[in-house]
Amino acid sequence: MAAPLTLLMIVAVTVRAVLFRSSLAELISERVEVVSPITAWKRVIEGLALLDLGVSPYSGDVFHETPLIIYLFHFLVDYAEITFMVNSVVFLQFRKQKFALEADRYPPDCLELIRTPLEMHYVPLKVAMFYLLNPFTILSCVAKSTCGLNNMVISLFILCTVKGNVLLSAIFLCLATYQSVYPLTLCAPAMLYLMQRQYIPVNLRRVSFWWFVVQYLFMYLGSLFVLVCLSFFLLGSWDYMPSVYGFILSVPDLTPNIGLFWYFFAEMFEHFRLFFLCVFQINVFFYTIPLSIKLKEHPVFLIFMQLAVISIFKSYPTVGDVALYMAFLPLWSHLHRFLRNIFLVSCVLLACSALFPVLWHLWIYAGSANSNFYYAITLLFNVAQILLVSDYFYAFLRREHHLTYGLYLKKKDGSEATLVLK
Amino acid sequence: MGLLSDPNRRQALIKLLTRLNAPICGMPVDWLVKTMQARGLEVFTQSFSRTLPFPDENTERYVVKGTNVYGILRAPRAPRTEALVLSAPCTPGDNNNQAVGLLLGLAHYFRNQVYWAKDIIFLVNEHDLIGMQAWLEGYHHTNVTGMDWSPLQGRGGSIQAALSLELSSDVVTSLDIVLEGLNGQLPNLDLANLFYAFCQKIGVLCTIQGKLQRNDWDSASGYNHAVQTMMLMVMKQASGRPWGDHGLFLRYHIEAATVKGVNSFRHYKTDATTIGRLLEGMYRKLNNLLERLHQSYFFYLLPSLSHFVSIGYYMPAFGLLAVILLLRALDLWVQLSAQPSRTEDGVAGTEQSNPGVLSVLTPLVISHLTGAALYMLPVRFQEVAVEHFPVSETEAVVLTAIAVYTAGLALPHNTHRYPDMGWRVLKLVALLYLAVLLGCTAVINFSLGFILALTLVPAAAYVTPHVPKALSAFFLVALSPACTLLFSVFFFQELQEMPVSFQDGWLLYLSVIAQGMLDHYLYGSLVFPLVALLVYPCWLLFWNILFWK
Repeated sequence: MAAPLTLLMIVAVTVRAVLFRSSLAELISERVEVVSPITAWKRVIEGLALLDLGVSPYSGDVFHETPLIIYLFHFLVDYAEITFMVNSVVFLQFRKQKFALEADRYPPDCLELIRTPLEMHYVPLKVAMFYLLNPFTILSCVAKSTCGLNNMVISLFILCTVKGNVLLSAIFLCLATYQSVYPLTLCAPAMLYLMQRQYIPVNLRRVSFWWFVVQYLFMYLGSLFVLVCLSFFLLGSWDYMPSVYGFILSVPDLTPNIGLFWYFFAEMFEHFRLFFLCVFQINVFFYTIPLSIKLKEHPVFLIFMQLAVISIFKSYPTVGDVALYMAFLPLWSHLHRFLRNIFLVSCVLLACSALFPVLWHLWIYAGSANSNFYYAITLLFNVAQILLVSDYFYAFLRREHHLTYGLYLKKKDGSEATLVLK
Repeated sequence: MGLLSDPNRRQALIKLLTRLNAPICGMPVDWLVKTMQARGLEVFTQSFSRTLPFPDENTERYVVKGTNVYGILRAPRAPRTEALVLSAPCTPGDNNNQAVGLLLGLAHYFRNQVYWAKDIIFLVNEHDLIGMQAWLEGYHHTNVTGMDWSPLQGRGGSIQAALSLELSSDVVTSLDIVLEGLNGQLPNLDLANLFYAFCQKIGVLCTIQGKLQRNDWDSASGYNHAVQTMMLMVMKQASGRPWGDHGLFLRYHIEAATVKGVNSFRHYKTDATTIGRLLEGMYRKLNNLLERLHQSYFFYLLPSLSHFVSIGYYMPAFGLLAVILLLRALDLWVQLSAQPSRTEDGVAGTEQSNPGVLSVLTPLVISHLTGAALYMLPVRFQEVAVEHFPVSETEAVVLTAIAVYTAGLALPHNTHRYPDMGWRVLKLVALLYLAVLLGCTAVINFSLGFILALTLVPAAAYVTPHVPKALSAFFLVALSPACTLLFSVFFFQELQEMPVSFQDGWLLYLSVIAQGMLDHYLYGSLVFPLVALLVYPCWLLFWNILFWK
């Protein structure tokens, strides 16, 4: 296991190093699909320059990162490339530790559905491959987008949750939320997983449930409070709050990206802007509760679903966010036999990724196309992602059903039955 | 009409034109500067130099140096925010000897008018496209192609439209409009319609692709004529070359066209006065524009000047071809997933039935390395080739390219660990790759995408290891990009009614390859890198599948 993993890391680091040194690095760091106003490296440099001059980095609406990031990079600015490469590698080490839990009370004909230990052995390598060699990740790293840092914090959070360490899990989740607001929804799966590990039943009437929730929330909110105050003392003012959180939530910058917000808000009348803003933002948080109720016994899958929902519906998504939840897919390779649309989804994702730069060129440089063409590809990309996620959800539920009721279903008279999702 | 209607002035103009007719070494920069200043323009010059990657067969030297001369006519009463450009390339010899004279005459006439709301820039560029590229890069402060130019001293605001003149004789029988630009980009159809409308108003014959329009649309021969005109446009667009100096303006979102004067055997001849009136009319129309031309189509094909085929008509044809590839890919996917893929013993079972993506990696990497070799080797190793073989540099480059292309056919084929399923996975990946590639190409340059689709899609869908090898190999090679180019050269000559013999055709083919590579290095044309780095490796994958054991 160690040898293929090391080889993989060497290949990944080489590819990134080669691309860093080539002339493509400039080109990639300006692509709107790879960097967003929140994560762009150019803006981090700008913020650092403003800080060095003694001016608040948040003046001028250029810089939208949190104060901790700016101090981190203050020390690391010369080693920026190495930092980003280390991030990817570190991220992978923690992915290795993920294993799904298997229960053991299944009817005999479901042996095929249970994963063999050998398959599980290869899962970390596959996850590593999916993340490190994913072109989206490579582009994100070469562009020095801070999305890599976000991904690292989220994966540290997942590692700590899986290991069962409540305090660290709360702290890392709080760091992730501090950087971009959306990982807040990962509270629910984290709590569900930790409760499962500690054998606390998820029952709204039990005291132990509420006691655990209170403990976790106390740790989470406490660390959030500490971080917010720390940021205040680092910079001496509160103006990072509107610049970071106000920016993420109120979406003032409408640069085209691979998300759904920009086109809508570009053509919206001022009168309705607040209403639609609320609708779009609630859309990200809304799926937490129904999904948590449905998937309360499978918090790991819930984490995956939440990450996917965040990556698709957040206000400034980039391909780095997409790569994050795609790296989880090998964990559920046993669901492949139940997936219905995987061919269509992969074709559409591939075609859209190829068409993004082409239509951008036609719109901005050649002037023959316009924003509608680019938004069409954006929409198609997001629809394909949603189809992918819902397909995995269907496959997961179907497998659960088969595990409970048997693989080859028969109707009462003995003929073969078909399963219909209502 | 001022200058040109007075016979004395016309004589003076003809003398001026004849003076230019005399072979001069390079461009008469000082004379042009003095003449333009005498006409009341603000005159500036720009010098440029470019090291060619290999010497062009026309110039036969590595470094091209030149000077552009341009004069700006400032709009008398408007703020200087927009400009129009009238350009005439100045080459030594007979090629374009009358255009500069007409340009100077027009400058003098325009100077006396008060209705100009935009600045007019009269540009005389040296070395055709290279000079034009230098001027445009200097004007827009970009440096796409690594040329060395001196910064422009005078500017005129953002350019709204441009026309380029090519006139070889002082009387013409018809005017030809050339629309195809770099990478197959076309100006807005409104510009072509404007030209046609003016020609009809003034009574000048106008042609497109050198062919006159016919009125009998319903007859077979009329239809045939229209199809030939359209095929000429498709061929020209697919080559990705700028077919006139206007071709480089389009990249900067400036609508531009080239007007060529053609002198053939007709009774009714038009003189420079009428052409001047035509151009004056066009410039007055362009002067009245409130915004850039964007209302009409940017993607069209012209079977004649009064009919066009819009993208909504021709794109479904391409879509149907792409669907063939997708259906074949779907069929392969179904075949692959219908295999009994669940086995009990993890490792051996998965290897046997589902080779996975990794097995496809080797042929992909090898074919892309060959493509990279085809892209980089010809120009890098031209000195080595010239030392060892008695050929000139241009020939060395072209012949190296052909040699690398043919050597790719003889590559060792895949390690065959998965005899039955391996080729299916490879073919699935290759089909999807080809479909996405052709789709992206067709969106940027429809003609190139369509021609590649026509030749590659049937072969790609058909080839498997089980078809008769010799016949399929022959067809696959005959439909490969290089042979498509060869046939296109002969076809293009046929369409232009100048058929060539095989020898001449072969030499023309070699010069087309050289020109394609030069276009990429000089102006950023995408055809050469697309074919070498993407289409050729994809074709090599299908070649690999054909010879799968």
